[in-house]
Amino acid sequence: MTIFEKSRKNRTGYSLPDEDSLEVQIEKAIPEELLRSKDPSLPESSETEVVRHYNNLSKKNFSVDSGFYPLGSCTMKYNPRINESIASLPGFTELHPYQPEKTFKGALELMYDLKKLLSEITGMKSFTLQPAAGAHGELTGMLIIKKYFRSKGEKRNKVIIPDSAHGTNPASAKMVGFDVVEIKSNDNGIVDLEDLKKQIDEDVAGIMLTNPNTLGLFEKDICKITEIAHEKGALMYYDGANLNAIMGKVKPGDMGFDIIHLNLHKTFSTPHGMGGPGSGPVGVAEFLKDYLPVPIVDLDNEKGYYLKWNLNNSIGRVRSFFGNFNVLVKAYSYILMMGKDGLRLASEMAVLNANYLRKKLSTMIPTAFPGICKHEAVFDGSVLVDDYNVKTIDLAKKLLDYNVHPPTIYFPLIVNEALMIEPSETESKENIDNYISIIKEILVEARNDPEKLKKAPYTTPVRRLDEVTASRSPVVSYRQETEG
Amino acid sequence: MSNNPYIPHSKKEIKEMLTEIGVNSIDELYNDVPNRLDSDLDIPEASDEFSLRRKLKHLSELNSSLDDYAVFRGAGVYKHLIPAAVNSLASRGEFLTAYTPYQAEVSQGTLQMLFEFQTMITELTGMDIANSSMYDGASATAEAALMAARITKKEDVLVASSLHPEYIEVLKTYCFGADLNVIPVKYSADSGNLDFEDLKEKISENTATLILGYPNFFGIVEHLVKIKELLPKKVLLIAVINPIALGLLEAPGKLGADIVVGEGQPLGNPMNLGGPGLGLFATREKYIRKTPGRLIGQTKDLDGKTGYAMILQTREQHIRREKATSNICSNHSFNALLASIYMSLMGKNGIKEIATRCLKKSHYLYEKLLKIEGISPVFDGPFFHEFVLRINKDKTIEEINEKMLEEKILGPLSLERFFPNMENCALFCTTEAVNNDDITFLAGKLEEIL
Repeated sequence: MTIFEKSRKNRTGYSLPDEDSLEVQIEKAIPEELLRSKDPSLPESSETEVVRHYNNLSKKNFSVDSGFYPLGSCTMKYNPRINESIASLPGFTELHPYQPEKTFKGALELMYDLKKLLSEITGMKSFTLQPAAGAHGELTGMLIIKKYFRSKGEKRNKVIIPDSAHGTNPASAKMVGFDVVEIKSNDNGIVDLEDLKKQIDEDVAGIMLTNPNTLGLFEKDICKITEIAHEKGALMYYDGANLNAIMGKVKPGDMGFDIIHLNLHKTFSTPHGMGGPGSGPVGVAEFLKDYLPVPIVDLDNEKGYYLKWNLNNSIGRVRSFFGNFNVLVKAYSYILMMGKDGLRLASEMAVLNANYLRKKLSTMIPTAFPGICKHEAVFDGSVLVDDYNVKTIDLAKKLLDYNVHPPTIYFPLIVNEALMIEPSETESKENIDNYISIIKEILVEARNDPEKLKKAPYTTPVRRLDEVTASRSPVVSYRQETEG
Repeated sequence: MSNNPYIPHSKKEIKEMLTEIGVNSIDELYNDVPNRLDSDLDIPEASDEFSLRRKLKHLSELNSSLDDYAVFRGAGVYKHLIPAAVNSLASRGEFLTAYTPYQAEVSQGTLQMLFEFQTMITELTGMDIANSSMYDGASATAEAALMAARITKKEDVLVASSLHPEYIEVLKTYCFGADLNVIPVKYSADSGNLDFEDLKEKISENTATLILGYPNFFGIVEHLVKIKELLPKKVLLIAVINPIALGLLEAPGKLGADIVVGEGQPLGNPMNLGGPGLGLFATREKYIRKTPGRLIGQTKDLDGKTGYAMILQTREQHIRREKATSNICSNHSFNALLASIYMSLMGKNGIKEIATRCLKKSHYLYEKLLKIEGISPVFDGPFFHEFVLRINKDKTIEEINEKMLEEKILGPLSLERFFPNMENCALFCTTEAVNNDDITFLAGKLEEIL
């Protein structure tokens, strides 16, 4: 039942300080034609009912706190509670962005230090913490590329993106007016160098790459790729979605990347919050540092930590204020908690878990490409169709009945019936073993009664939903009966 | 190193797993990686959570928490009273640690919450539809401009100079990317409202949209109906709202707005130094397929039971790639949750009560301050809970605010920061979070300082 149906006239869930009414007449302050003619129909409930409503809603959610959530490319690692505890300190939450700078020196120090840590982890010279999410970071990066060539007087209008890339990559490139040129993956699931050489020319402004790529494979020719790009004057953009595989092992800066974004909500353990807020800091090489959005947090011998407003070629702001500060606190807390050894260990164990899962699962469902993977593995689900007469989605939906989360499915687009599994380092061996045995059991069920599997799940709060009709005739708000 | 509480692997398990994989060492898993690091990262050693908390608590105390301050500053981020139930409910792990509801069957909590959030935003704004959130008010405004340009196939974006200056900056950044022109429209020096004559001059056959604040940055309530009448039929009107103000002000959907965006932070979200915010985005039904961001729709399951799912995903980047309506992927669902719980607790009467208190307190303060010698009005347009005053004294606004800080008061914003021609002008704000005594104290203190 929606909260609107639980609403009862004049019920309230708040109490406010009892104060004398001030001698101000609303009608005198605001002309009558600008005042509301009808009150908004917000729900009217007691605090008890509101608490029960949201509490009950929360029980209909699967989350990292509920169980194994190996959603590929999303790095659903455990979100440490200490991060939440620290981020909710009033000295961090009760800050106004326009209070005097000298009254938030602690916040500035935190942001400055976080930038330095991210620089060290990635090998980039300078960072902005402004972007609100990964895709927002990509947009920032693309704007930097556009501005860079604009100021050099060059008209480059193309961006090269592999066919395995996240959908945000082409969408971000398009938002700044670039034409997207797709390059193929080769038989080993990595960038086809021959195709790249064919496609690249002086009109190419940049190449967007994820490394490890979305197939979970490391682009071993990465140094060759960056060399080819730089020879033609193009910039290399690193999508940091998969940084969780390589912390303390290799730096994007050392691979030759010029611009990168990170997803603090993936690699750096800040909670996904049902879709956000995330945070997508962007790091650049030395020659691009003046293109970053302003303001930048900097350190000066005399002024201490301060906000720097003048950068020669800045692309301007990409959002208001200083970024998703609350998320930055959590990521900072995580990095300090883990330390240098902990971060490296996280990457190593993430890769170990993925390979262990790959090896064990591939006896039932083959991987899309051969060889060692990094933090995630992608499987070709064609066998489900051919041998079991079910589809990847049916397997995914049945997993819900076992109280584990399915993998990312039907992505990357270049793999048939794809299953993309990223266990992350915070899962134990027995959790992975358990997942494998569940899949094994489901395949037995599929063999015995494929039709039954096609209607899974059976035990979830709702069963398969009719998304086609929902999109054909959208109902996107609760239609309330008209009342006064 | 000491044990890591988040990584469960024992040495024995690692060995077993390596054997299963068929390699001898972890390093072998990285054989294909060139330019590998041969030394440790130059970052500190691991910490335990207790030492870490002590260290970061100390860092947080270098900031002046406004928890116990009377705050007379808004300008885009507002200190409101937030009922305890908001944070207590929202911090449940089932909300906090879930991701985008890709698997609808086990995400009904998220989906129903967002569906109800969309409903509440359509109620407040008077629009047909609302999406499930954007990053913040500024980027939502920029996305609205891009959407207007897509719909009208025009390139000129008119923006009121009285819109929040940082929103204008963000708008310019996005428009640089999209090759659109941003053209400022003046505000009237007398009223603080949009300058109708300048608007008429700026409108051309290339105009895609007009964007303005409702209320605007100076707190002034624009007359949307009159403005809409001046716009050619195909030009879209984008109103940038403060949701609290809509407890009293007429819904922009009823006044001709085509897209309504805004910052949802005032709805139950802490200030957090300005981030994360909550981007609100609402529009007319006919533009639903042009809308950026996630949309949640109601539907039925196999058994005919009501449920909710993400809909019209073919607009989005993960399906449409470069043909998507936006690149947005993450949104601010968690902030939408805070706002939803807040609106549920406040309800129809509460939102009006809060808006009324904000308005009354600010008008009361306005009258009170005008009685002080050397303080004069700047605009005469109707205002909601923010207003501009000129302080003609030998003291600068910064100096005055410095004195105020000693009394645990965050005074008004000096407008010179954004408007160099507005010397000695200060933007005041009051919400229900300042009590009447604070107002009397501020006025008294100001008189004393001057």
